[in-house]
Amino acid sequence: MAITTSPPPQSPAELPPPPGSARPAPLRLLRRPTEPRGLWNWLTTVDHKKIGIMYSAAAFVFFIIGGLEALMLRVQLGSPENTFLSADAYNQVFTMHGTTMIFLVVMPLSAGFANFLLPIMVGARDVAFPRLNAFGFWVFLSGGLFMYTSFFLGGAPNGGWFGYAPLSRLMPGHNMDYWVFGLQILGIASLTGAINLIVTVINLRAPGMSLFRMPIFVWMSLVAQFLLLFALPVITVALFLLMFDRQFGANFFNAQAGADPLLWQHLFWLFGHPEVYILILPAMGVVSEILPVFSRKPLFGYQVMVISGIAIGFIGWGVWAHHMFATGVGPVATAAFSASTMFIAVPTGVKIFNWLATMWKGKIKATAPFLFAVGFVTMFTIGGLSGVTHAVVPSDTQQTDTYYIVAHFHYVLFGGSIFGLFGGAFYWWPKMFGKLLDDRLGKWQFWVMLLGFNLTFGPFHILGLQGMPRRIYTYPENRGWDVWNAVATWGSFLIAVGVLIFMVNVWKSRKSPAAGDDPWDARTLEWSIPSPPPEYNFKDIPLVVARDDWWHRKYEEDEDGRPVLRTRSIEEERAAETAALEAAAGGRTMAEIKEDTAETAAEAEAEAEADEAAEHQADHDEMATAAEDTHAHEDHGHDEEQGHDEEHIHLPSPSYWPLMASLSLPIICYGLIYKFLPVCILGGVWLLGSIYAWALEPATEPEEPDEPGPELSASTDLAPLSQGSE
Amino acid sequence: MSEHTTSQEAGPVVKTTPEEGGTEHSPHHPSDWEYVKVAIVLAAITLAEVLVYYVEALGDWLILILAVLSIAKFAIVVLWFMHLRFDSRLFRRLFVTGLILACIVYGIVLTSFGVWTR
Amino acid sequence: MSATAPPAPTDAQGSHHEMPAGHPPTSTGLSNEKVAMWAFLGSECLLFGALISTYLLYKGQSLEGTISPVDVYDIPYTSVSSFVLLMSSLTMVLALANIQRGDHRRTRIWLLTTAILGASFVGGQVYEFTVFIREGLTLSTNLFGSSFYALTGFHGAHVTLGVLMLLSLFSLSLKGKLPTERAETVELVGLYWHFVDIVWIVIFTLVYLIQ
Repeated sequence: MAITTSPPPQSPAELPPPPGSARPAPLRLLRRPTEPRGLWNWLTTVDHKKIGIMYSAAAFVFFIIGGLEALMLRVQLGSPENTFLSADAYNQVFTMHGTTMIFLVVMPLSAGFANFLLPIMVGARDVAFPRLNAFGFWVFLSGGLFMYTSFFLGGAPNGGWFGYAPLSRLMPGHNMDYWVFGLQILGIASLTGAINLIVTVINLRAPGMSLFRMPIFVWMSLVAQFLLLFALPVITVALFLLMFDRQFGANFFNAQAGADPLLWQHLFWLFGHPEVYILILPAMGVVSEILPVFSRKPLFGYQVMVISGIAIGFIGWGVWAHHMFATGVGPVATAAFSASTMFIAVPTGVKIFNWLATMWKGKIKATAPFLFAVGFVTMFTIGGLSGVTHAVVPSDTQQTDTYYIVAHFHYVLFGGSIFGLFGGAFYWWPKMFGKLLDDRLGKWQFWVMLLGFNLTFGPFHILGLQGMPRRIYTYPENRGWDVWNAVATWGSFLIAVGVLIFMVNVWKSRKSPAAGDDPWDARTLEWSIPSPPPEYNFKDIPLVVARDDWWHRKYEEDEDGRPVLRTRSIEEERAAETAALEAAAGGRTMAEIKEDTAETAAEAEAEAEADEAAEHQADHDEMATAAEDTHAHEDHGHDEEQGHDEEHIHLPSPSYWPLMASLSLPIICYGLIYKFLPVCILGGVWLLGSIYAWALEPATEPEEPDEPGPELSASTDLAPLSQGSE
Repeated sequence: MSEHTTSQEAGPVVKTTPEEGGTEHSPHHPSDWEYVKVAIVLAAITLAEVLVYYVEALGDWLILILAVLSIAKFAIVVLWFMHLRFDSRLFRRLFVTGLILACIVYGIVLTSFGVWTR
Repeated sequence: MSATAPPAPTDAQGSHHEMPAGHPPTSTGLSNEKVAMWAFLGSECLLFGALISTYLLYKGQSLEGTISPVDVYDIPYTSVSSFVLLMSSLTMVLALANIQRGDHRRTRIWLLTTAILGASFVGGQVYEFTVFIREGLTLSTNLFGSSFYALTGFHGAHVTLGVLMLLSLFSLSLKGKLPTERAETVELVGLYWHFVDIVWIVIFTLVYLIQ
């Protein structure tokens, strides 16, 4: 059932069908695209950069929608006993606001950055499984749209973003069914993305890119992917159990049958707590990339930052029941989880101090990305401090289910994640699109948003302590909550103005001059390639010699430790030194190997990734030496063509099947919701068929007639002979 | 899952080189007969489990014995049939992390529900 | 898109034969697909752990007078089907051994045998379920019914997917599309298959034997 490489009519590329493609092409309509243009290009792309941009663009649209939902909530709550939203409407809007912001904004935005950057940052040409990557995006988009169709099909989810049972099993209508199925679809997207990125980071690093030379953003994203890998199955089960209760009358949360509502809470928060670290760690990684560049100093305590990130990932598994302090789990449980929650503040605090130390005595350049990063550090600290107060069980018993909690998580998620991601947007915009965003507008946006944000969520602390409960659609006049609610509403509109400024900035920047490869004089590998990068990323896979490799290629240090532009490249320098030390065994390279091995041997036991560094350091350096030799060969024209002409880099081929397969999922879910079996079966067949077609087509189609046999691409894509198992 | 079964005991250490798609020259593959022997052991343990189930006199010891027997089967399939004993440590870590994490967090949940003391 | 690819850099050992044909070297020397499969299996531990925990939580908690395990379980029957699944792991590993040494005829025999054993297991379960349903135990009867069918049903669905994959491999092999160079595909399906087997080892003990 494979597909020939004859181009579709609209493509001008005319490649003759390769020999050995005697495989039948029964479905002429579904010929595999070769060089699709325009929309078709985006629909069938397997290029991680395009996929990253699509993730981010879709996430931004959802951000607008979620933001409008927030504004609606704030209008309703801006004055007591308001009638802007009915109770039922309010329930839908606040549920969708939360669900959207978490699953359709922050997660995909982080995924977008990770997708675009991770392969480049580790020196690869793409992720390990490019088609699976595309699949993840299309599944996310399908899931998000599927969930939103609920607004037009009887009403949106209305049981809160947390869906507490037994209420969620009893709520009439299909609203919560859309929530259950929608999240399941989204979970599939995130899980495939996690597996993809984990394998990419473990396996596709350039020669010399040991784990402890990787940029911090890669590390933080990696930890987040591991959290996703292990946490998603838990909510998957919770959602299935709820689905069985709702669709088939099961009893998992049926109190009358003897079920325990706490089962839902445990399962949900076992996922939910690692989830919040999934939401914050990538943004922390972004901040750790931005601050060094605009302080012109390396990140303070890189190894400690890595280990803290891993520690947060680890400990994050041990705190979930702090969401359940008021549920009657008993004093032993609450005490234990209180302790673990306080404990997790330690690695988090360490990070904050390291960021401060990074900026300390640096040559600060207060650009827009820098401001957003500093905004993260300050606002996240505030949110973290309120978090510490929640860790204390008696005070949490008062705070829980009040606006004080709402304040906390908006400070860490908006003041933290969103600010961090905006910083990332400003920082990496030139790399992604070749143009800089206007820095002055960016600064305006920052200050407007900072003010608006604090005006909105600052008062929530007060309201919470004044006793205003969460999840209410209105409140009476005589409580004394009016003033701060009104202030918060005004603040929220100021945030909206900030977002508008960003949109104006994006629009304006279309006409900006080209930004160049390295407008920020930055430190990591993505700045060593053109802006925007060519499809193959690197003309020559880099040989990495240090952390912040790009910086070291540009600068060396003078006697006072200050960066000075290199006159000779690292390769030239090393060649000269090696020549001088020809007599000594191995030359300078061996010394570096020893240095690195000693460096990494001292690190503490942590998660699997940390162990890998120590274990494989020797191997990596061996590979580095070997690759270095080979690299030298390749550079000196091992082929008939000179070096690596960009046309001679083989990349994975575009494909329909990820998109096709993703469309089947909402179809199956509609069938289940409306109990219409034929639709389910149709969806199931569609899914299976798409997966078969996908599995049976090679990841990279054979190209020209004079090239029989398997191609070895410099990406780790499979050659046509092996089964494309992405 | 015991991490003390190291690949040193099995023969030549394989660190990072994979054996998948390996040839008959690879020393790390048990022979067909060895696999059959493993299967016989598994069958014997299963038989033991079923027989023990019927011994009424054991009372609460039944649970412990069955636990030991099934953990043994679990480990044998993972180490030999799934080849984890002979493969790179990375695979072991990926799997064991999930396994241990599951045991710990679900163990805590069940403890908080008082399942063990019912 | 592109023409001649540059020759792949040699790996640390300077040789290509560790990796399946056509695979460029990776940072660890391990295949991407195999790393992915083990990561996925690690994640599946959390999935089945949740289902098993739910079962354990609700064990013995169903309302008085409703159906309980002792009313319906047929231990000899389930022991036989457990044995069948266990032996299918043996046949799976024999299929892998044979494709690795290039004996495709035997590979097909063992693949098909594994599929048949797996299908028998599922068939046995389906039959078991119909008996239980006739005796009055459904998903909605009580806590036991819900948690039992959810756990064993999820497992059975996993086995079914495994059987589908095995039959696909069998069919590919028949068409000559599963050469020795692609032995890893069999290995990956095998890993999935063995995992499904070890989950049953746990379920058989916790659900059936310990009541």
